[in-house]
Amino acid sequence: MYGLREGLRTSTPNREVSMSNPVRLRVDRIACDGRGLCAELLPELVKLDDWGYPIIAECIVPASLEELARDTVDICPKLALWLEKMNAELTIDR
Amino acid sequence: MSGVAATSSHLPWMWLVSRGSGLVLLLLFTAVFVLGISTRLGSSSKSMPRFAVAELHRTLALFAVAMLILHVATAILDPYVSIGWWATILPFTSHYRPLALGLGTLAVDLGAAVLLTSLARRRLGHRLWRVVHWLAYLAWPLAFMHSVSAGGDMGIWWVAALVWGSAGAVAVAVGARVLAAVRGDGVSRRSIPAPPAQRCLGTARIGGG
Amino acid sequence: MVSGRLLSDSAKSCAEAADVRRILTDGGAGPEGLAAHLERHGALASNRSSSAWRVAMVRETERAGLLGRGGAAFPTGEKMRAVLSETRQPVVIGNATEGEPASMKDRVLLAQAPHLVLDGATIAADIVMACEVIMVVHRDVRPMFDYAVDERLQMGVDRVPIRVVTASERFVAGEASAAVNWVDRGRPVPLGKPPRMSERGVGGRPTLVQNVETLAHLALLCRHGSRWYRQIGTPEEPGSMLVTLIGSVARPGVHEVAIGTPVSDILALGGGLSAPLQALLVGGYFGSWLPSDTTIALPFSALGLGVGLGAGLIVAFPAGACGVTESARLARYLASQSAGQCGPCKFGLPAIAQELEALAEGRPARMADLHRWLAEIDGRGACSHPDGVARQIVSALEVFHDEVVQHEEGWCTASGKDFVLPLPTGKSR
Repeated sequence: MYGLREGLRTSTPNREVSMSNPVRLRVDRIACDGRGLCAELLPELVKLDDWGYPIIAECIVPASLEELARDTVDICPKLALWLEKMNAELTIDR
Repeated sequence: MSGVAATSSHLPWMWLVSRGSGLVLLLLFTAVFVLGISTRLGSSSKSMPRFAVAELHRTLALFAVAMLILHVATAILDPYVSIGWWATILPFTSHYRPLALGLGTLAVDLGAAVLLTSLARRRLGHRLWRVVHWLAYLAWPLAFMHSVSAGGDMGIWWVAALVWGSAGAVAVAVGARVLAAVRGDGVSRRSIPAPPAQRCLGTARIGGG
Repeated sequence: MVSGRLLSDSAKSCAEAADVRRILTDGGAGPEGLAAHLERHGALASNRSSSAWRVAMVRETERAGLLGRGGAAFPTGEKMRAVLSETRQPVVIGNATEGEPASMKDRVLLAQAPHLVLDGATIAADIVMACEVIMVVHRDVRPMFDYAVDERLQMGVDRVPIRVVTASERFVAGEASAAVNWVDRGRPVPLGKPPRMSERGVGGRPTLVQNVETLAHLALLCRHGSRWYRQIGTPEEPGSMLVTLIGSVARPGVHEVAIGTPVSDILALGGGLSAPLQALLVGGYFGSWLPSDTTIALPFSALGLGVGLGAGLIVAFPAGACGVTESARLARYLASQSAGQCGPCKFGLPAIAQELEALAEGRPARMADLHRWLAEIDGRGACSHPDGVARQIVSALEVFHDEVVQHEEGWCTASGKDFVLPLPTGKSR
């Protein structure tokens, strides 16, 4: 599987990896359909529950995985993933 | 091609390249089609995970675009038949065999819509992308009919075998997709079945107390 | 286990002291009409259009430390600031959906003091310069609320138009984005990812969603100021709040209490216990179970109890009832109330309910899987529905631990025959 991932990385267009913006991998739970491509591509940060839905690590994406995280966001068939900049505020509405 | 004279020193190489690239293009398009459905339906394996299938689908699609440019350019530039460059985008406007070529042009138009919406997918949103992507189901049969009517090499046994083989592969893929849609969800899921919504909870004492 | 004989005369006088009447009326004669309301509270300040007033009001709200009373306890001042920082003209939603079946406070408040709530709505609209107020109101109190809105319309009290919409009855319909979605598109389900309602809500406008009790407090805050507001309650959680008290108390009902009032005093307000107490469910069906012996002495505040106060529900759970069975009933109900938009909630909740039911009925249950699923659903929905379910069940398994052990071996120690927790029957819209 790792050989495939390396192959994937060299075949996609060269993107600038910005180390200065810490980001977190987030998922739109309503758009997510449990297809599982994210867990295949990024098992370090994404595991699947008993029904195939992603359990995503809450941490900041390590710099070494940032480009792979971008590819993962790109490969999601439902466009359910995104990388959230860490200085965004989170508030609760009720 | 019965109407084309092959002189001893001058092979109609543009015409040959156009026909050859056309056949390769059909095979590529078939592969892209089947891979697209596989991404949606296929179960994952260690050697070929879903993301790899998805990525291969995209890569081959881009490769097919390159092959398409070659196929169309050589057909237009070929001196022996007059097609006209506008026939590459406007269907049924070619001087030479408008119907047969028009089918190809239509397939390209639809394919272009699929490709362009895929490239701009994040900006357009999932819904629009999905609806346009369904045009692929129309584009492939058009490309197939174009191949059979305009290709002219169906007399050669292995060409016919490849073309009809492609049709078979697409038919199987479409069948699987329709079956999955009818059954509810094509994605394989390790699910614990949910019991019916309303359940009466027994009040009988089960021991002591 | 706490006996009902706890309530003595001295405790009764504590109960009287605990009885606060800021937003609630005496309750007797039906809804307070506009004239009676103005007599009780006085008129609102007429100069509510200057930016100086708006700035002052936001500051007062922040100084008062007013928190939302819809369940999430979010600071109201901060929400107002968020809405004010947007450029489009906003909308105010007064939320009285009360999707929580055991809670009655919003309905009682509207049935007693609708004009106080509407004052709060109009003040909120003036603060954020809204173009419209939409009141999303539970079906039970709609007709009487329409009457109150009409009264105001005739007297020309409000500068912003007020529209009333009947709420959906689903459990999740009270969530802020679900209320917006209901008003906008008729779908009472949460919206999920950003933007937040304060950025883009009804008709794409920034929307201030406030529970009606919060609005009532705001209406008093406008008249009396933050200093007055902070006179009761605790320094960290000032003011009063409405509590729905049900279960094994003599007189179940809604009471207004200062935050931080000892739980035992609140129980006394309800006429004391009608049966020995086994446990308490605090906050709502998405809240937390607490052990009775330690909890009744604690102050009713988030800091005091160590859990959120949620929608202000207290269930006095009697000794004869089975906590495992009730928790399983709740789990099944809450699973059925999932919006069904997110996989972890849609599949996880029924699986959890299934195991709890097995446990309740003394059949073999996959307890390891149950605990794992409870840990896994937390935070993995588009709204906090699965979080609430996980919190409630995890606390139930802790508080009723002995009963769980009994059930695992096929026994149940409960003696009562009736279920304690009210649940709606049939399908809700």
